[in-house]
Amino acid sequence: MLKHFLSLEWKSFFRSASFKSNLGIKILMFFGALYFMAVFLAMGVGAFYIIKKGGWGDPLEVFNQFLIYYLVGDLYLRYMLQKMPITNIKPLLYLPVEKNQVVAYSLGKTVISFFNWSHAFFFLPFAVVLLIEGYNPTGVIAWQLGIMALIFCNNFINVLVNNKDQIFYAVLALIIVLGACQYFNLFNITQYTAPLFNALYQNPLTALLPWAMLLALAVSAFTYFRRHMYLDAGLASKKSVAKTEDYTWLNRFGNLGTFLKNDIKLIKRNKRSKTSVIMSFFFIFYGLLFFSGSVSAYDGPVWKIFAGIFISGGFLFSFGQFVPSWDSAYYPLMMSQNIKYKEYLNSKWFLMVIATIISTILASFYLYFGLDAYLAVIVGAIYNIGVNSYLVLWGGAYIKTPIDLSSNKKAFGDKQAFNSKTLLLTLPKLILPLGFYALGHYLINPTAGYIFVAMAGVLGFAFKNKVFKRIEHIYKKEKYKTLAAYKQKA
Amino acid sequence: MIKIENITKTYGSATVLNIANLEIPKGQSFGLVGNNGAGKTTLFSLMLDLIQPTTGHIINNGVLVDECEAWKPFTSAFIDETFLIGYLTPEEYFYFIGELRGLNKADVDALLPGFEGFFHGEILGQKKYLRDLSKGNQKKVGIVASFIGNPEVIILDEPFANLDPTTQIRLKGIIKDLANNREVTVLISSHDLIHVTEVCERIVVLQKGETVKDIRTSTETLKELEAFFAGPA
Repeated sequence: MLKHFLSLEWKSFFRSASFKSNLGIKILMFFGALYFMAVFLAMGVGAFYIIKKGGWGDPLEVFNQFLIYYLVGDLYLRYMLQKMPITNIKPLLYLPVEKNQVVAYSLGKTVISFFNWSHAFFFLPFAVVLLIEGYNPTGVIAWQLGIMALIFCNNFINVLVNNKDQIFYAVLALIIVLGACQYFNLFNITQYTAPLFNALYQNPLTALLPWAMLLALAVSAFTYFRRHMYLDAGLASKKSVAKTEDYTWLNRFGNLGTFLKNDIKLIKRNKRSKTSVIMSFFFIFYGLLFFSGSVSAYDGPVWKIFAGIFISGGFLFSFGQFVPSWDSAYYPLMMSQNIKYKEYLNSKWFLMVIATIISTILASFYLYFGLDAYLAVIVGAIYNIGVNSYLVLWGGAYIKTPIDLSSNKKAFGDKQAFNSKTLLLTLPKLILPLGFYALGHYLINPTAGYIFVAMAGVLGFAFKNKVFKRIEHIYKKEKYKTLAAYKQKA
Repeated sequence: MIKIENITKTYGSATVLNIANLEIPKGQSFGLVGNNGAGKTTLFSLMLDLIQPTTGHIINNGVLVDECEAWKPFTSAFIDETFLIGYLTPEEYFYFIGELRGLNKADVDALLPGFEGFFHGEILGQKKYLRDLSKGNQKKVGIVASFIGNPEVIILDEPFANLDPTTQIRLKGIIKDLANNREVTVLISSHDLIHVTEVCERIVVLQKGETVKDIRTSTETLKELEAFFAGPA
């Protein structure tokens, strides 16, 4: 039986449409993966010495203190990204396969997921360093095994709570409150959790506890799915109660309003687009890395502009770069309805401009770091509106990946989004404004740098009609290819 | 109304459509039949400029379809579920289409009760998004949407498939009404010979991308078609 399952798995992997991307990108991805493995390894080895050198206390204890956040962060990432195994069960239901076997197999599949074993790249080197540094071997091994069990626990917790949004948001809110409490020294959760993790080391037998927990979770996940393996129970896709919304206040914008209404609904009612918007919200805080001076590599004056562009342009990048793809599921409709390309593009452009302005207003807390910091954000916003909004739409014409709105898969990057044309287009998006600024900053003074970048934005804005005509032309040229590409479901 | 001139469509070395000349006058109810792979959907996709012809042109009311977008305001279609926007409710979808065709909400609201019988109480006010409706109900929404905004050309690909018997009968009624209104040209394709002979005044048979029969519908048409598709005995 297992043989059949594995062969199905093999075929689904190698025959998937996305696997057939070109060799160059595969090689690039391979090196990307290697890079991240190396980073994790280095972090595993380095963490010990960094903590020790920093004089924050015993490395293992410091590590244990923050472990709770690590585990919760892991759970969060899993919730967002890890694919649930139940989707492929349907065709097996009516075949002569025992239900127990199907459930065991699909749960087993989650166990070997990347989300589980990737942690080993970090934890194993850390444990090895602990051993070298003379920590008690039994303790270290027990600690290591205990943590491993906890990570697998996360796996099954995720399986159980997946698709239960209420639980998820409640937990997220709790974490934020606890984190804030710790930051402001009100209440420190780690004081209560750290001893638990320390106990794994000090008293190796306690490591059995997480394993017992893991067993309990695995069994409950198994029984849950075994019991709910019906099309209208566990395998049913979640249906939400629909509400008709009018947004009549948008009517004043005419045809533009019609599209804006649709785009707002698109964002509000689909998992994938919601994720993008949440991501763009986090971009606003990206600048903290630059302006708080916590990352020394970002200290050069030119990096301010880089930060400014990302802070104001989170939505522009995360939503805008997939512009026609958001409508991929019904692109034939858009192409045969009474729609002019210009209006369609204009509405998307408008949405990005509004979002950029909102982000800029939300980012006004950067005034705390001085007027200079906020000025960088504003200048970045001007450049985003005047130049990057076009470039993003332009690049979108070449990204022909259909988007599955209902799933978060690939929300954080898609290999097909990285073709040579879009890579070339990132250059003017990010490097060019840095260049403009550097030119002004080093030749005249910082203010001139800001003016240069803003000028580029204003100039771009002035040429809107011309640029739009050009983009429209490209969209028209790519139309048939795009339609054909969207037809192949990813 | 619609003129097809020397149209061919080739993928690699395979020619999937090859029509030298076909003219559909204004107000005609036109039926397209043929087995799977005969080129029905390809022809409709060409008419909607969703794919590019290898050679030739389609002219819709004087507009070269693959060169100008001016055919869009008076043409509507429902080909498959890619014409539906899954995250909208049926009402929102109708309003959206209406707005694109210059009708406001009140206009659409005035239009929809006329289709109550067709919807059979399963579409309006259901608190469901289109993606959560059954295939048949999705189809009802798509077909009705193609009637919004007084289009002069309506293209429906397999409108009868997946519909329940009651709805099929009602749809036939609607299409017959449209056919009697000599302003509207209706193009439908179907695998159901009975339906298509009932509602279409002209039937063209496609086989391997070529027109093999062009019949003005009469009482003998159904027999003739059945004999054709049964193949040589």
